[in-house]
Amino acid sequence: MASVTLRAVKKSYGKNAVVHGVDLDIPAGTFVVILGPSGCGKSTLLRMIAGLEEITAGEVAIGGRIVNRLEPRRRGCAMVFQNYALYPHMTVAENIGYALKVAGLSQAERRARVEKVAESLGLAPFLDRKPAALSGGQRQRVAMGRAMIREPSVFLFDEPLSNLDARLRVQMRAEIRRLHQRLGATSIFVTHDQVEAMTLADLLVVMNEGRIEQAGSPAELYAKPISRFVASFVGAPPMNLMDGRIAANGEFLYDEPRRLALPAGLPLAAGTLLTVGIRPEAVTIVAPGAPGSIRATVDVVEELGAGRVVHLELAGQPFAVATAGAVTVRPGEAVGLVLPAETLHVFENGSGKRLDITARPAEPAALSA
Amino acid sequence: MVERTPIFNALCQIVLLLGLAMALLPFAIVIIAATHDLRTVNIVPLPLTPGSHFLDNIAEAWVRADLGRKLFNSVVFAGCVAAGKVILSAMAAFAIVYFRFPGRAAIFWAIFITLMLPLEVRIVPTYSVAANALQPFQAIFDVVGLTGLVERLTGYRIALEWPLLNSYPGLILPLVATATGTFLYRQFYLTIPEELAEAAKMDGSGPLRFFLDMLLPLSRPNMIALFTIMFVWAWNQYLWPLLVTTDPNFGIAVTELKTLIPSEFGLPDWNVAMAGTLLIMLPPLVLVILMQRWFVRGLIASEK
Ligand SMILES: Nc1ncnc2c1ncn2[C@@H]1O[C@H](COP(=O)(O)OP(=O)(O)OP(=O)(O)O)[C@@H](O)[C@H]1O
Ligand SMILES: [Mg+2]
Repeated sequence: MASVTLRAVKKSYGKNAVVHGVDLDIPAGTFVVILGPSGCGKSTLLRMIAGLEEITAGEVAIGGRIVNRLEPRRRGCAMVFQNYALYPHMTVAENIGYALKVAGLSQAERRARVEKVAESLGLAPFLDRKPAALSGGQRQRVAMGRAMIREPSVFLFDEPLSNLDARLRVQMRAEIRRLHQRLGATSIFVTHDQVEAMTLADLLVVMNEGRIEQAGSPAELYAKPISRFVASFVGAPPMNLMDGRIAANGEFLYDEPRRLALPAGLPLAAGTLLTVGIRPEAVTIVAPGAPGSIRATVDVVEELGAGRVVHLELAGQPFAVATAGAVTVRPGEAVGLVLPAETLHVFENGSGKRLDITARPAEPAALSA
Repeated sequence: MVERTPIFNALCQIVLLLGLAMALLPFAIVIIAATHDLRTVNIVPLPLTPGSHFLDNIAEAWVRADLGRKLFNSVVFAGCVAAGKVILSAMAAFAIVYFRFPGRAAIFWAIFITLMLPLEVRIVPTYSVAANALQPFQAIFDVVGLTGLVERLTGYRIALEWPLLNSYPGLILPLVATATGTFLYRQFYLTIPEELAEAAKMDGSGPLRFFLDMLLPLSRPNMIALFTIMFVWAWNQYLWPLLVTTDPNFGIAVTELKTLIPSEFGLPDWNVAMAGTLLIMLPPLVLVILMQRWFVRGLIASEK
């Protein structure tokens, strides 16, 4: 168990800056998920923590010790790779025990520890097989075992579940969480799957284009996304976003002349361009033309068993509504939607920043010049 | 080619059979000639059926060309050259692929350029170095003035000498460097996923451990393929062994074959010459047959 601290960490490949000053405090024992679209620098950040990538500027500290110049093996991190990177010519037991062999442990001690780890991962029957003779899920477990056996203070996961099928992914997700609860080691988990991120994280970090957009608990990010980007990235189905401007009476004109009441207390001048968002779960479907409702047309209804997602068309834009109850609407039908003002999220048009009287300030900006 | 018609297939078969026949004809002649006695082998045309003097001819060739000694030398020579090439190219490619050091590109191209400088091209300087392997250092000392300096200070004149003529190192060392092998290995290393190296790094393995624990076992098929090719290549070397081994104790089989070939006015005993040829052809043939399964795998595919 160790805390991990990033201070103004930057990475450039030649002139091409990829990570632009990341600050992050990870308390010991936290499960952190770094979420972001492809190419935003998640892996790069993780690899800098691991020591596989040079740190262009800034500091990485593990357990209070700055590790910028330390070799990977001296940092006390273990990593699970996306495609597992198992040693193809070694058996499962040799794969798991390789770190101990390098560390010079005796054969007997190695064997004992490998067996213990294999036992806890359900790998005991496969110890003498080569990775090529394992299923994807088993390989994934071997990769985890290889990381666990070193009893690292920090676990690093780079999209470890993305090569598994949907069912197995859910199962392994739970197992990783269980493992974390059992071992209590600090874990940093990179993914671009927001469901994975929400379910695993104590601390959820959303990255975009080499910067941290927002860090906080999953509930916090869900309830108060700090920007339009976070809003669209966290939550499934994603938040509905509508562009428009403020009318003379302070209402929101999303599709002239149709308008929507905004939460009170927003200091906005008439004519300001805005983006207003609402979670699909916050919307209710009512009869068309009901007072206070806005009009939309049903496009597709998705049955999820436990609930339904109704995809509609609102002012020429797609709009989703998620509901737990039964729906009786049919494609092509006109319906009314109720968008309660207190559930609306308001974002500036240009920067995409959240406009909210009670909004938490953004994460501290980069400290270095 | 996706074309599959009976006529086309038959045509392919015929071409292949013709090629095979052309390739095998010389072998057939060697084998048949090696079984006849002196008189029959000189009949024109050569009889198409084998005779009964095979063992006599073999024994005669063995003794006359001192093949026991020469074949042993050949095996040592070709085996060491092939092994040396495999080891050297595995290490050279390791350095080029896995390390970022200044001058890396320059060294890579320097190796590349040696492809255009086979031994035959640089045979005179190579011979002169083989005559005294330390001569290049001597030359450097002379040029920078170290020799003169030391002589003035101590009265001792540096004269480095390490002659390699008529020795196994002299036979072997100049042939060990190989650009081809280095490239083969480089290509192989490039197919190894980078994450494997990173995983090993996370597991605490340093470069040397990675080389020994990962790269060597993974490259076994390549190693065998390269060894086989290079063994056959070295076995068939002629010019260099001829040049450096004036002492018959270090002569190799292929150059020794010359002593079996009838001279212009000597006895035309081609049967003995052919028997000797057969004996000398045998070791690489056996090696290729033994290694062929590995060999093909090493050339076409990398293990998953
Ligand atoms: N060796 C490199 N040289 C130059 N640019 C690189 C290099 N490695 C990564 N990049 C760039 O850095 C950026 C971030 O890469 P990174 O691998 O961290 O993305 P990621 O967030 O992990 O994406 P993904 O979800 O697809 O894995 C990308 O734009 C990529 O093109
Ligand atoms: Mg990545």
